[in-house]
Amino acid sequence: MVNYIWFFLILIGITFSFFTGNIDKINDSILTNGTESLDLVLSILPIIVLWTGILRIAEDAGLLKKFAKAVEPLLSRLFPDVPKDNPALGYIASNVAANMMGLGSAATPFGLKAMKELQKINDKKDTASVPMITFLVLNTGGVTIVPTTVLALRLAQGSMNPSEIIVPGIIATFCSSVGGLLLDYYIRKKRRKR
Amino acid sequence: MNTLSKIVIPLFVIIIVFYGFKKKINVYDSFLEGAKEGLIITFNIFPSIIAMVFAINIFLDSHFVTFFLGIFKDFFTFIHIPLDIMPMAMLRPISGTATLAIMNDIFITHGPDSYIGRLASVLQGCTDTTIYVLALYFSSIGIKKIRYSLGVGLFADLVGITVAFLITGLMF
Repeated sequence: MVNYIWFFLILIGITFSFFTGNIDKINDSILTNGTESLDLVLSILPIIVLWTGILRIAEDAGLLKKFAKAVEPLLSRLFPDVPKDNPALGYIASNVAANMMGLGSAATPFGLKAMKELQKINDKKDTASVPMITFLVLNTGGVTIVPTTVLALRLAQGSMNPSEIIVPGIIATFCSSVGGLLLDYYIRKKRRKR
Repeated sequence: MNTLSKIVIPLFVIIIVFYGFKKKINVYDSFLEGAKEGLIITFNIFPSIIAMVFAINIFLDSHFVTFFLGIFKDFFTFIHIPLDIMPMAMLRPISGTATLAIMNDIFITHGPDSYIGRLASVLQGCTDTTIYVLALYFSSIGIKKIRYSLGVGLFADLVGITVAFLITGLMF
């Protein structure tokens, strides 16, 4: 699937530019692309390395298992296939908590670790498992409560009341996550029946 | 709220380090072990980041989105949706930085307290960049077959974006 997205993004982009005579822009874009990716990786590398380090302490000390157990009643409904004291649940909970606070960059390492743990209990290593998909939906639905970047930008552009968008934002993000999870639940049920 | 989000991270760090120390864990060694793992994770996702940035930039720089939305111009005017917001709604699942740039433009042109400014703010916070997160997470563990995940992810985005439009219209 990522295969198709990738192909069509490039196909549409390049052919469209040919027709509109914008091809020199695409030329520049391709040439500067590498640096931009490197900048992106360099900007997330220290964060990922730092947080996986901190997280390892939590894991070795058994804190993650404790956390997983504490949120288990909530998460086990969403992830019935994941064993109750699996550290993946702890990572998932941490990821969601970080996202809620608007700390997207801190959430990514948790998410990557959660995926790694879920992969350990995955039967087919090249195929996405049911809990992985549920986790992705939970994650991309993006349960943001404090959208830090948006607030900062609104403030910078002279908004009278930067935080007035928090409540509608929470409602929208909540509906998005619930909608995604419901569809995911529906698909899971339908597949199990077959 | 702002102070809260500034306290969270330091608090998080001290709790973990303190707890590990109390449990007689060699916190420094554990950190190094984990950091090493983080380095390998980043190393593994590097190719997919290059691939995604490459394709997304080509797509964005072609301005296909502007052209595509021009076709539906009359329809959007008919249902009272400002045209300037549509590139943002369309690109939201693909690129967070692109939509952030568009939002900033909207703030500059229309002001953050205009209807479209508020709409942009709600949109930016309501969903995450599904395609980017999906590619990042799955490639880090070598998943090739992603099954129905993209469909459900985009559906969640669609719900979020629709509600964002409705709620902003209702509340302001």
